[in-house]
Amino acid sequence: MGRFVIRRLLQAIPVLLGTTFLIFAIVYALPGDPIQALAGERRVDPILAATLREQFHLNDPLIVRYGYYLRDIVSGNFGTTFRGLPVSTIFEGKFAVTLKLATTALLFEAVIGIGLGLWAALRRGRWEDKAILAFTLLLVSIPTLVSGFVLQLVLGVQLKTSLGIAFFPVAGVQDGIRSYLLPGFVLATVSIAYLTRLTRTSLMETLRADYVRTAVAKGMPRSRVLGRHALRNSLIPLVTYLGADLGALMGGAVITETIFNLPGIGQQLFTSVYLRENPVVVGIVTVLVLIYIVANLVVDLLYAVLDPRIRYE
Amino acid sequence: MKNPSIDTHPPADEVAQEPLLVVDNLHVEFATRQGVVRAVNGVSYTVNAGESLAVLGESGSGKSVTAQAIMGILDMPPARIPKGEVRFRGTDVLQLSEQARGQIRGQRIAMIFQDALSALNPVFTVGWQIGEMFRVHRGMSRRDANNKAVELMDRVRIPAARQRVNDYPHQFSGGMRQRIMIAMAIALDPEVLIADEPTTALDVTVQAQIMDLLAELQRESNMGLILITHDLGVVADVADKIAVMYAGRIVEHALVHDIYKNPAHPYSKGLLDSIPRVDMKGQELYAIKGLPPNLLNMPPGCAFHPRCPYGRPNCVTDVPPLYEISGTRGSACHYYREVLDGTVQ
Ligand SMILES: Nc1ncnc2c1ncn2[C@@H]1O[C@H](COP(=O)(O)OP(=O)(O)O)[C@@H](O)[C@H]1O
Ligand code: SF4
Ligand SMILES: [Mg+2]
Repeated sequence: MGRFVIRRLLQAIPVLLGTTFLIFAIVYALPGDPIQALAGERRVDPILAATLREQFHLNDPLIVRYGYYLRDIVSGNFGTTFRGLPVSTIFEGKFAVTLKLATTALLFEAVIGIGLGLWAALRRGRWEDKAILAFTLLLVSIPTLVSGFVLQLVLGVQLKTSLGIAFFPVAGVQDGIRSYLLPGFVLATVSIAYLTRLTRTSLMETLRADYVRTAVAKGMPRSRVLGRHALRNSLIPLVTYLGADLGALMGGAVITETIFNLPGIGQQLFTSVYLRENPVVVGIVTVLVLIYIVANLVVDLLYAVLDPRIRYE
Repeated sequence: MKNPSIDTHPPADEVAQEPLLVVDNLHVEFATRQGVVRAVNGVSYTVNAGESLAVLGESGSGKSVTAQAIMGILDMPPARIPKGEVRFRGTDVLQLSEQARGQIRGQRIAMIFQDALSALNPVFTVGWQIGEMFRVHRGMSRRDANNKAVELMDRVRIPAARQRVNDYPHQFSGGMRQRIMIAMAIALDPEVLIADEPTTALDVTVQAQIMDLLAELQRESNMGLILITHDLGVVADVADKIAVMYAGRIVEHALVHDIYKNPAHPYSKGLLDSIPRVDMKGQELYAIKGLPPNLLNMPPGCAFHPRCPYGRPNCVTDVPPLYEISGTRGSACHYYREVLDGTVQ
């Protein structure tokens, strides 16, 4: 197991280098002059522009600039914005907000998605199964924009005005974990639907497996056949999905953060792209990629914990 | 009401009357989209303590479904048992409550399957899987159960059992995995062991070793053994008697040496003729022509008639009953006498 962890960690290094370079190259290939963007419509003094270009290494070849960038990442400040602030200060608190949001969504997804999926599989073909299927179809067909505003209105506003229950804050992050419940659920809706279907399929497939029949033939009680012999095997594909989804949820947080006015990284990314603040954009995307890679690493390790065939390869 | 639990030590006269396990006129059908599949149509066989019964037949003839009905591991629905009895020590287990059956399944009637790799759970160690029998059914501690697992692995002759008890199924060879399945099945000293094609997935030398092991374990423990196979060559040395199945029916049952010497059903004869034999080296192997019938659409009369080289006009219309030839022998062929005499062409 130790060797497996080290191997996976080493394998993450080239992935990290490759992806950061790609992001770096793509963002800098975008048209437009960032120095001009600083000044807006006004004309920029050519001498000042030349100095700034020198200072931000804009005249160096891409690969050299990438080298400087790597140095900044390692030093932890992710470079300096064209306005002179360390990029890391712009991150401050924002990644935490988005990470909390995405984690809340992931928890909703895991609990509701896996729960409903298992239930549907066990009641296969009966009305519960059909109702759950209909519910998942409903979830995927309502856009986040709609479900977000509706839930905000019903649970955030009307619950308070009509019944006096102010449990769900309408916006902002002043109420701690409660602030994340509504946006977390909204962010999770589509994933809940997918995970429900995936769980249902996975458990049904596992229940057909020969080793489940063996467990029954050994005289094991049904609860044990399901809970020990089938469940663990059917969880394996779900772990992969959940791990990959953490990255997707963080990337997809822009709309949810806007609806619920959460000061997260999604909002910041949107603003920075708009303002052509390339160092910030690259910084944010780099951290997102880092999170994604770490999540994948955790998935691989969990996978190895759940499935000994991987561990002993 | 009578207590549905089964006495381990029935009165002596009852033992004399009733064999250990009796399958009596068993019918199993499956509801499918295409219609009702009648997989088992009135199968009867018996197994005594210390006796080996080989159940022989082509793939799809209902051997496994019969075994699964005995074990009570069929999914119902889609399966249904419209008729028949499975008497274990005189009690029809099909009438028992699920709870009472759970006391028999795995503990008193155990089963091993064809493909040990898929039949063992990939995410638990073999020791855990063998030990589970003791932990769940005997309430043993983890440690004691693990020691029992090592003992059993020794008993089925897995080398270095103590070192290997915490390995996973995929770390063993095919033959060793089947030994682990066997260890798990005999863990609680079952009175009946059903082995469903236990060697089909293995190569020939390993097949013989597994058969020898099963025969030896049976001698030691005096259990009744049901050996399911589609390969008569595999069981010849181990089995006492044979039941030949075709399209969900027993078409012939006999003592092994009787059927070897002289089969009483054209289908058994075809199966025997298709075994490679040393004294027939160089000659072309016989193969039964045609395919088994579609269970959704069974031919009228004798189900074997489309493939039977002896077919007569009445075979197409009259279903042959299982004619009793002697106390130990029966054949479901109208012309079994002629088949035995070799007078039919
Ligand atoms: N779950 C099922 N649903 C429908 N048909 C089945 C099912 N299980 C078995 N059968 C049918 O029952 C017949 C007998 O199967 P089986 O007992 O497995 O044959 P074998 O003699 O090869 O062990 C086959 O034709 C198979 O198609
Ligand atoms: S009853 Fe007729 S068709 Fe059937 S096996 Fe005998 S001879 Fe052949
Ligand atoms: Mg079979």
